[in-house]
Amino acid sequence: MPRREITSGNWAFAEAMRQINPDVVAAYPITPSTDIPMKFADFVANGKVDTNFVTVESEHSAITACVTASAAGARVMTASSANGVALMHEIFPIAGCFRTPIVFGLVNRCIGAPINIHCDHSDSMAERDAGWVHLYCEDAQEAYDTAILAIRLAEHKDVLSPVFVCQDGFITSHGFEPVEILDDAAVKAFVGERDADFPLLDVDHPVTYGSFAMSEYYFEIKRQQIEAMKNVLKVYDGVAKEFEAVSGRFYPKLDRYRTEDADFIVVVMSSASGVVKDVVDELREQGIKAGCLRVRMFRPFPADEVAEILGTAKAVAVLDRALSIGGTAPLAAEIKSALYDCGKNIPVQSCVYGLGGRDFFPQYARELFMDLAAGKVSREERYLGLLE
Amino acid sequence: MTNRGNSAEMGKPKRWQDVPMGGIAFGSSAEAVETGQWRSMRPVWDGEKCISCLLCWNQCPDRSILTDGNGKVTGIDTFYCKGCGICAHICPKKAIEMRPESEFTGPGAGAKGE
Ligand code: SF4
Ligand code: SF4
Repeated sequence: MPRREITSGNWAFAEAMRQINPDVVAAYPITPSTDIPMKFADFVANGKVDTNFVTVESEHSAITACVTASAAGARVMTASSANGVALMHEIFPIAGCFRTPIVFGLVNRCIGAPINIHCDHSDSMAERDAGWVHLYCEDAQEAYDTAILAIRLAEHKDVLSPVFVCQDGFITSHGFEPVEILDDAAVKAFVGERDADFPLLDVDHPVTYGSFAMSEYYFEIKRQQIEAMKNVLKVYDGVAKEFEAVSGRFYPKLDRYRTEDADFIVVVMSSASGVVKDVVDELREQGIKAGCLRVRMFRPFPADEVAEILGTAKAVAVLDRALSIGGTAPLAAEIKSALYDCGKNIPVQSCVYGLGGRDFFPQYARELFMDLAAGKVSREERYLGLLE
Repeated sequence: MTNRGNSAEMGKPKRWQDVPMGGIAFGSSAEAVETGQWRSMRPVWDGEKCISCLLCWNQCPDRSILTDGNGKVTGIDTFYCKGCGICAHICPKKAIEMRPESEFTGPGAGAKGE
């Protein structure tokens, strides 16, 4: 029988790791993800898992050990945040290219400087072109569930790509809330054993990872990674349905909330979507056709589905918890591009909020919907909650 | 989408679908690489001093310490030896001496060496 616990996003993720019992975890602590390897180290010390837990001297070494272990054929998990993620940057594309299905608990925290430990999405957004799947979770339950689901997605033979399971630093990672924990046996049966295609440790069929590929073949190998991402879009729903059969919870790529007949839709990711959904309910009572689209899968970006959902709206606002300094914020850029390709000239207001952990209040969402309804949409990026 | 086979036998892939996944090369070639060519210092073993404690054999990163199969050191295989000097450093009997490779291979080689 599944059990209910009051737990945090980090602890729930660590609990999923205990149940998954990966072969190798290599990690280095950084706030706010520290709880994950810390809790997991307890499991290792108390003999609750068989994992080879590799403590290293930096994040760069942590992810390097992960890639190598995964290439060797192991099932591998780790976690990090912020500048720790940035220090791993060099190795992420190698993990993507080597097709190592690592599942990574990424607890979103802003990239310094200025140094700040709180949430925004600047750490993961900086890694959006690395050949990793990006899944963004709204709450602790989703972080727990997604850790388990992501193992099957990453190791799917048509995918074989690493996955970031993102949750909002502190807001989700340290907030305590009820989470339903599945039976150990159910998780074990769902994830099964990893069946690696070309494990380095298969000495009877030796392979070489990391060999040179100059101008003759580099391009082709990148093209294969693009195909793997396209395959994510094809196989994801199947994996999510299988997970639903075990858990009773289905997680779509795009979480649509009252968007079917909505005139005005706010697009958002992760924990702030709860606030937007509340405001949607409030405005619906006032007769305003508001809706919320939460983007859970950012890489690969489900552009066709996004266009279908937003295509009937009168105006759209996109909330980014990250910047592209000097350009369009990452989520807004994707949304505009998806709408352009489907030939819909829908006004899109790009908004940045919550940088460095700044709170996001219902009032911001309320005002935004009102502006959309009043046709106040401009090409200028807006900054919600900025002192100005 | 992936190609499994022997890189040497499969010929040049003509389409991206035929390139082995992730740039993996099938087979392994490290054994054929003479890393000894990278060496600038050569370990010279003295069978008179050696007590076959096997510390060097255990620590050599390039499995270059030769034994007779019965736990007796018989010499050093210079095919892989990169001249790191770990064996000389670790030897309790100072039975291994690191000497410049030029003594063995450069002009005038052999003058001071073997
Ligand atoms: S010098 Fe280094 S590589 Fe050469 S035999 Fe000694 S330990 Fe091995
Ligand atoms: S460490 Fe020195 S004494 Fe021991 S086996 Fe090697 S050469 Fe001989």
